[in-house]
Amino acid sequence: MVTIAIENLEVRLARREVLRQVTATLRPGELVGVIGPNGAGKSTLVRAMLGFVPASGGHVTIDGNALTGLQPHDLARKVAYLPQGQTLHWPLTVERLVALGRLPHLGPMSRISEADRLAVQEAMARADVTGLAARVATELSGGERARAMLARALAVGAPALVVDEPLASLDPGHQLDVMDLLAREAHDGKLVVAVLHDLTMAARYCDRLLLVDDGKLVADGAPRDVLTAERLRAVYGVTSHVDMAGPLPFVVPLERAKG
Amino acid sequence: MQSPNPAPSRHPALVPLLLLGLVLVTLASFGLGPVALGPERIVAALFGYGGGGEDRVARAILFDLRLPRTVIGLMVGAMLGLSGAVLQGYLRNPLAEPSVLGASNASALGAVIALYFGISEWSPVMLPILSILMGLVAIGLLFALAGRSESPLSLILAGIAVSTLAGAGISLALNLSPNPFAAMEIMSWLLGSIENRTIDHVWIALPCIVVGAALLLAHPRALDALSLGEDGARSLGVDLRRTRRRLMLGVAIGVGGAVAVSGAIGFVGLIVPHLVRPMTDRSPSALLLPSMLGGAVLLTGADILVRLIPSDAELKLGVVTAFLGVPVFLFHLLRERRLW
Repeated sequence: MVTIAIENLEVRLARREVLRQVTATLRPGELVGVIGPNGAGKSTLVRAMLGFVPASGGHVTIDGNALTGLQPHDLARKVAYLPQGQTLHWPLTVERLVALGRLPHLGPMSRISEADRLAVQEAMARADVTGLAARVATELSGGERARAMLARALAVGAPALVVDEPLASLDPGHQLDVMDLLAREAHDGKLVVAVLHDLTMAARYCDRLLLVDDGKLVADGAPRDVLTAERLRAVYGVTSHVDMAGPLPFVVPLERAKG
Repeated sequence: MQSPNPAPSRHPALVPLLLLGLVLVTLASFGLGPVALGPERIVAALFGYGGGGEDRVARAILFDLRLPRTVIGLMVGAMLGLSGAVLQGYLRNPLAEPSVLGASNASALGAVIALYFGISEWSPVMLPILSILMGLVAIGLLFALAGRSESPLSLILAGIAVSTLAGAGISLALNLSPNPFAAMEIMSWLLGSIENRTIDHVWIALPCIVVGAALLLAHPRALDALSLGEDGARSLGVDLRRTRRRLMLGVAIGVGGAVAVSGAIGFVGLIVPHLVRPMTDRSPSALLLPSMLGGAVLLTGADILVRLIPSDAELKLGVVTAFLGVPVFLFHLLRERRLW
């Protein structure tokens, strides 16, 4: 169980204010979607939550402990993170790649244990990559690689999971699978934070949405409260068809808003 | 869909084969040279019996010439192979080798300064000491230049700056050298050789190489985590700043110590990781031990070639490794391209 509390967080990168006065408390059991236009500061927000970019103001606490006081090793076991962009520098097999997720649990010289192996198998099964275990991850299609990367993050077995654009390059079927998986993780008691671009997926699966625009948190709440046609027009500059009433809510952007 | 090539995994025979190679080149290095020593003479000289009384010639050749030379060849090769493997993993760049950070060039500059100002004549240990000191200065400069940035690119750029500066210093020394003999001496040192080394050289290089290797081998899994990029590694609990400090110091001390006794020997750190990588699961940590062993075998083997190839002027080890390195590297390049 992990609670991440963000208070008046400010981040400046290269003299540009990327995040201003963001405050939010993220609790276990929630699937929190972080949405907003390109360059709004979504990735910076999740990276700052993990201490990967220094805060120029405000602070982040994890279970009441200041982020800056946490050992990297302890943080790694509490919060698993899937960076954007599927970076993998060496041609590792999927199984070897997923096993990297067990690193926070291993001592410097200890060998991978039976429990670690089980966690790897389970993570591969959940992300639907068991059949790819022996394949070289750098030779997979984008969508297959995205799932292998997600399995790597799941293998950490951390009580909190932060994923940056987990749906990029996935086909619709696997998009639904991944969102189902994230929702299940959250409803099992984990805190799951996902940076998303697909507003329909965000509306349908997330318990809570953080809408970021120009470094500010402009809306924070249940999808039906956050995703309104007026707000989408103001933030994304598009007109859209929003239906949050039915059992399967959806958001369809229609055209660039004029003026 | 079937993968075009089999899943990479660690070849079970890799380390045993390298160990066997290590024993063979060590014995060959004891036995081969201008005067060939048979196995019985080596055993007799080592343990001091047989051969009808003291075989003084064999003992002198073995203990004064070939033993230090072999030990230096093995440890310098191991250090170069290891630091190549570590740097390729750390910088996530298959072209990285000890010289990219400028440490080898700076160490060479230290030695050149010792030769140029005649400091090396005060005592045979002065040249290696100055060389190690310059290696450390270079790493200090590297940190100052790379600053707080953790990207491999800024480190490589800073390394190129340091390396170029040291290279310019070496050229300056050659340019201004008072007489052709001084220039020759500097040149021949720069070509790299482990000929005529004494047991003193072993004692100078050994502690540096042990400390350097220990630093480089301390957390091999940090290198694996870096396969996921900086953020990926950080999220797995890797302290990037500490990792960088540890690895840079390891390279400076270890390679500094190696260059101090052998001169600049290129290509070993570059090609050995490439040679062993196809026989591992491709993760950076799996390369460290095989690269160490492979470097030791390759360098010692090259040194045996130096002794056996007949030539008027003495052939330099760095020249042989460069000639060996190019075809090996080209072969791997071609194979790599055919795979795509």
